[in-house]
Amino acid sequence: MKHLFPSSLNKILIAGFIFLVLMQSNLVIAKTPEEKGFEIASRSDRSDRGFNNSESTATMVLRNKQGKESKRILFQRTLEIPDETLGDKSIIVFKSPADVNGTAMLSHSKILEADDQWLYLPALKRIKRISSKNKSGPFLGSEFSFEDFTAQELGKFEYKYIRSEECGNNLNLICDVVERTPQYEFSGYTKQIAWIDQRDYQARKIDFYDRKNELLKTLIFNGYKKYTTKINNHVWRAHNLNMVNHLTGKSSDFIFSNYKFEQGLTDKDFVKGVLTHVR
Amino acid sequence: MLGKICSFIILALLIILPVKSNAGEFGSVDVSGFIGIETRIFTQNPRWEDQDSGAELSVIFNPEFHYQTQDCNHQFSFIPFYRKDSRDEARTHFDVREAYWLWIGDEWEVLTGINKVFWGTAESRHLVNIINQSDNVENLDGEDYLGQPMINIGTQRDWGRIDLYVLPGFRERTFSGSDGRFRAVVPVDTKNAIFESSVNEKHIDFATRYSHYFGDWDVGAFYFYGTGREPRLIANTNATKFIPNYDLIHQTGIDVQYTNDSWLWKFEGIAREGQGKAFIAAVGGFEYTFYQVFNTYSDIGVLAEYQYDGRTREAPFTASDQDLFTGIRWAANDIQDTQILGGFNIDTSTHEIFYNIEAQRRIGDNYDLELSARFFAGSSANEDVYAFERDDYIQIRFARYF
Repeated sequence: MKHLFPSSLNKILIAGFIFLVLMQSNLVIAKTPEEKGFEIASRSDRSDRGFNNSESTATMVLRNKQGKESKRILFQRTLEIPDETLGDKSIIVFKSPADVNGTAMLSHSKILEADDQWLYLPALKRIKRISSKNKSGPFLGSEFSFEDFTAQELGKFEYKYIRSEECGNNLNLICDVVERTPQYEFSGYTKQIAWIDQRDYQARKIDFYDRKNELLKTLIFNGYKKYTTKINNHVWRAHNLNMVNHLTGKSSDFIFSNYKFEQGLTDKDFVKGVLTHVR
Repeated sequence: MLGKICSFIILALLIILPVKSNAGEFGSVDVSGFIGIETRIFTQNPRWEDQDSGAELSVIFNPEFHYQTQDCNHQFSFIPFYRKDSRDEARTHFDVREAYWLWIGDEWEVLTGINKVFWGTAESRHLVNIINQSDNVENLDGEDYLGQPMINIGTQRDWGRIDLYVLPGFRERTFSGSDGRFRAVVPVDTKNAIFESSVNEKHIDFATRYSHYFGDWDVGAFYFYGTGREPRLIANTNATKFIPNYDLIHQTGIDVQYTNDSWLWKFEGIAREGQGKAFIAAVGGFEYTFYQVFNTYSDIGVLAEYQYDGRTREAPFTASDQDLFTGIRWAANDIQDTQILGGFNIDTSTHEIFYNIEAQRRIGDNYDLELSARFFAGSSANEDVYAFERDDYIQIRFARYF
């Protein structure tokens, strides 16, 4: 048989080919759990891109161990900051309970540092810059902390893929289970386990582990609805968030309604001067 | 009398049902506010003749009406205030805290009418806050103000916010009557005030303010020209009354807060001309918060501020001349928003001490209970708070919000 190439060269080529194939498959197989986790998280985060700005109303239902309920109503405005190294801006106006009606909070969120935060107290008409170092205390007496429901920006965590499984909660979806470690020094959590579905890339459930690394709370996302904006026709918003505290037996719901996008809000609508008349 | 007030308040509490605001929209009509009943129990006999002792009872009505047009370019606000006191006629008073029309454009805002404006960062003294007159009969803490007629033009730019205020219609400070507590040896005659301005209370005052933030720094600077809000109290010829004397002043000031980690560093300073020798005054200090203490959701804040005032005897009297304030704040962060603030002011020269405790808790969704206690100690004749030294009191306030 006439060799096309001297056998030594042939061997080299074959070896080279095998090496290339191995290299190739290596790239697929050897994607670390960290890389895969980041990929899942970034796909989820970026699915939200281009929502621009939004307004919504939220009702919080606070439930004690005996199931006794108490309600809070608030308005929320959010401005998307496209730069991933910066956080979004938001204003929350409290409507009830009646004694806090008109109280408003402005946040310029940061990725790894404390946010810039101002509180407006209507009785005195006073705008007060507040320390936001601690984001893990209860928000309005609920089981949610500020850390739990503010923008879940990509850079706030380190990620690790764990497994894929049924999302549960009668969803009939497959979820990627990702462990995320908060990078903010003063986070209230050592880790969070997030279930992110493979169809819409949205979070369906998050387990929160406290500083002692014990399961503290579970958050379930329900009532996802899809909105369309100019550059993104798959803006998903969960309308019913349920948080259960496993230590105290208390729970809180965050029920959103009247989501509106692209309301023409700009940076100017998120400065402390607007707090005296945001209603 | 007390019975009448009680039946009035009980009736009012029963009649007024929570008015649902049009939740779900930014904007629209919003009716809210509170009605409250308050008692003050004085623990000592009064220092001066004619003053009442024991307990007094008040009802307070403070509804709020807000309206915003659909396009959010126009807002209207109306907040009347009424207090009926069982004893001191001077404490029974009506005021319009807010009644304005606000136009909001792209870069400019114009507010016309009566409004309240708050400037400043400090907790123990509101030194730079000059737009509104103190509603002195309401509370000793200087956190109640009378509505001020104004035209306020504001503009927000990338480099900060500028506000211009034209302030027609001077508001005179309220003072306790002859049977009220918290007065000097003779009461203040609020009907015969003397003004330096030739047009008396009709002088049109002017103020301008710049405010912004730079990273962790929030700063404000202002200039005010007009009738000063603090009167000099001058005894009349037969020494039966004090006559308030209101002077024309120039006042310039700054307020700064540096926010870092759990620290808030605060400073307010003013320079004033027009009341004797020009002087400066300042208040500054810090607030540090320990979060989630003892493995609970509670926060504990520690506060300390120093008050300096360089005014001479030709300027209105102040007790905040060289005083150290220290306080502690506890917030439970519970469903009822339970909070307690306790502290004291000590005059570093006379060693007079003023103790203050305030506690607050929501009851159900619509009621609020507030307890406060204030005590004076260590004052001798001719010292700062000697006149008030026996006016220690405990106050209980129960309010229904709607």
